[in-house]
Amino acid sequence: MSTPTVEKHSAALDAVEAGSTKLINVTFRIRRFNPEEHPDPVWVDYQLEMDPKERVLDALNKIKWEQDGTLTYRRSCAHGICGSDAMRINGRNRLACKTLIKDVNPEKPITVEAIKGLAVLKDLIVDMDPFFQAYKDVMPFLITSGNEPTRERLQSQADRERFDDTTKCILCAACTSSCPVFWNDGQYFGPAAIVNAHRFIFDSRDEGAEQRLEVLNDREGVWRCRTTFNCSEACPRGIEVTKAIQEVKRALVTRRF
Amino acid sequence: MQIHQYDTVIVGAGGAGMRAAIESTQRSRTAVLTKLYPTRSHTGAAQGGMCAALANVEEDNWEWHTFDTVKGGDYLVDQDAAEIMCKEAIDAVLDLEKMGLPFSRTDQGRIDQRRFGGHSRNHGEAPVRRSCYAADRTGHMILQTLFQNCVKHGVEFFNEFYVLDLLINEGKTAGVVAYELATGEIHVFQAKAVVFASGGTGKMFKVTSNAHTLTGDGQAVALRRGLPLEDMEFFQFHPTGIWRMGILLTEGARGEGGILRNKDGERFMERYAPVMKDLASRDVCSRAIYSEIRAGRGCGPDGDHVYLDLTHLPPEQLDAKLPDITEFARTYLGIEPYTDPIPIQPTAHYAMGGIPTNVEGEVLSNNTDVVPGLYAAGEVACVSVHGANRLGTNSLLDINVFGRRAGIAAAAYADNHDFVELPENPGALVEALVEGLRESTGTESVAQIRKELQESMDTNVSVYRTGKTLQQAVEDVTALKERFKNVAIQDKGSRYNTDLLEAIELGNLLDLAEVLVVSALAREESRGGHYREDFPTRDDVKFMQHTMAYREVAEDGSTSIRLDYKPVVQTRYQPMERKY
Repeated sequence: MSTPTVEKHSAALDAVEAGSTKLINVTFRIRRFNPEEHPDPVWVDYQLEMDPKERVLDALNKIKWEQDGTLTYRRSCAHGICGSDAMRINGRNRLACKTLIKDVNPEKPITVEAIKGLAVLKDLIVDMDPFFQAYKDVMPFLITSGNEPTRERLQSQADRERFDDTTKCILCAACTSSCPVFWNDGQYFGPAAIVNAHRFIFDSRDEGAEQRLEVLNDREGVWRCRTTFNCSEACPRGIEVTKAIQEVKRALVTRRF
Repeated sequence: MQIHQYDTVIVGAGGAGMRAAIESTQRSRTAVLTKLYPTRSHTGAAQGGMCAALANVEEDNWEWHTFDTVKGGDYLVDQDAAEIMCKEAIDAVLDLEKMGLPFSRTDQGRIDQRRFGGHSRNHGEAPVRRSCYAADRTGHMILQTLFQNCVKHGVEFFNEFYVLDLLINEGKTAGVVAYELATGEIHVFQAKAVVFASGGTGKMFKVTSNAHTLTGDGQAVALRRGLPLEDMEFFQFHPTGIWRMGILLTEGARGEGGILRNKDGERFMERYAPVMKDLASRDVCSRAIYSEIRAGRGCGPDGDHVYLDLTHLPPEQLDAKLPDITEFARTYLGIEPYTDPIPIQPTAHYAMGGIPTNVEGEVLSNNTDVVPGLYAAGEVACVSVHGANRLGTNSLLDINVFGRRAGIAAAAYADNHDFVELPENPGALVEALVEGLRESTGTESVAQIRKELQESMDTNVSVYRTGKTLQQAVEDVTALKERFKNVAIQDKGSRYNTDLLEAIELGNLLDLAEVLVVSALAREESRGGHYREDFPTRDDVKFMQHTMAYREVAEDGSTSIRLDYKPVVQTRYQPMERKY
């Protein structure tokens, strides 16, 4: 039972345990916007010393705490679970708390701006209400009929696996705000809402698929997706968003789910 | 200033708040005020599961669960509350399943269950499979499922509304006052019943599994309004946080067979807990880890951590059962848990103490009396089902059982009572707080004071404590509180002023840190999560009682903490020596 395993050390583990890395100088180029002060957004550069293994969120905190307290962004859990800090980093949607500085080319200025397609309210904060409205419109809750069983509903492991991927969604909006259709058409439900519809349509316990599919069959529904895969690339949870949307499209045609 | 009127107001939209809201919205006109969008709450970060004696995979019953909870809490648990929680656990899990929660399943399609720390068969005989789970995302699934059901029931949320005051008129609940982040506007919510469900206080520590937002807002508001806080000295350090970062790696990893090892590769928990080994309760494991480190058996060049070893588990099992925590190791450490052990250290995780309530969720104003119309549930509250040390998974259980109870009780109260008149100038205290910070020309910085607080707490009030370290912490916190009076912020605006928000949050943390260290200094014994090296044994004669801490305001305006004590409710279990 007590077989030592420590001699199996990899170089990666040794590097972690060696700790103190050399700090590097990084420039963060942040798109600031505060309509209380100025009607237009402006790019501002901040220089700071960081350990490249730290998160982009750590850098934003360092700026806010040590240089400029007016820098404004949402954050909470700081490890990729709560979905507060989706932003465009070097032009790509990511969570600031799940992006390490070393992975976004710190040799050059790292650009940070609010996600696109939702109104910017201040700095990196956008209006999330339209995003959550689209989510609510797809009826994101289990719909059943008849009497409830006394114990749990049974579900095979295969049936549970069928929709596992889309249960991972944290509603961060990285996918929806990376979608060119959503940028140009604020009415489109967007990938996140469809992902959450998928989560229920393919849940063997649910009986509301027809209703949800009718919602998604709408002009602004699932058919607007042009399969550009931006959403799948943006998802910090690794959900195959485009695949989920394709499956919903197929279910609309075949009415099989 | 805007004034709103609702029958029931719920403060906080994590698991407890949303579970309460689902009940109270169906019975009374309810508003949920939340500092964050509901799905950002830290319930979502819980991983391993929610225990209930479903007996889906092996023999189990709720009485064994109750015993484990009482023993886990080192006999400071109120046993009537623990009985209710463990009995209602079964329905709480089944309710969530019926709401749509995608639990992991057995071969027969039932809810699967796995082992968890401190949960045993037949009063400590051997580990039992009691934790119902959804991979290592159980909290995420609970938070999402509850939010989905709030959408279904049309729960009315006020997102990014930060509650800063509780209004009590002639001893009865009159409402709350909130600051709207988007606009800087102050809102008074008159309510017949108020439920606090605003979460924990972990950000007073440096290495913590807690979110940035967990700053004890509800506890601090209650304390300032003269209500007691119970058992605040009991803070749980989870054994397996990612080294230096504190990010949680679930106990479910050890439930799946993961092993703690020191630098010699030894499975050291065999020495500390011969029966339960790596699945001993969290306080026991965390102390063992620091004992190994102190004895020079820690890992790495500085010997300041140990390993969580999953390398002997099949990669398919890690992928299916522990996908998120293995990804954390890859993302944040750049190591592969299939082949490398993960460097870990104990991380500040959970406040066992909080606003005292009875089993209906009613808040106590002293050892016996309730505040009419005021309720609390979840980590902000102290029922007390966790006693001196919470068992793993019992927090997800707590929020569901007591969130539900508080929601039902609050709505019933609102149904039977009229509004209490608002006090004069209901927003005055909050206006003064906000304007005072905004206009301050002080020289101290929020970030600096917070950093010093967190460093002192980590150094002095961690897994091992002594009278000397606690005295040091009292002095540090007192000095920091004094410096905080001279704090200034840079953002003077009214739109999304998170600079102001962080300052208010720090004020809350300082007040609560003071309560914690003063309570800890007075408790001259070792029990559960509170371990005093200068008093290394449990003292049931003197300290088999709950601490009740009150904030006293002197005539000159200065404040101090007064301690009182409350008896523990014992029903069927006599205190015994605690071994795992």
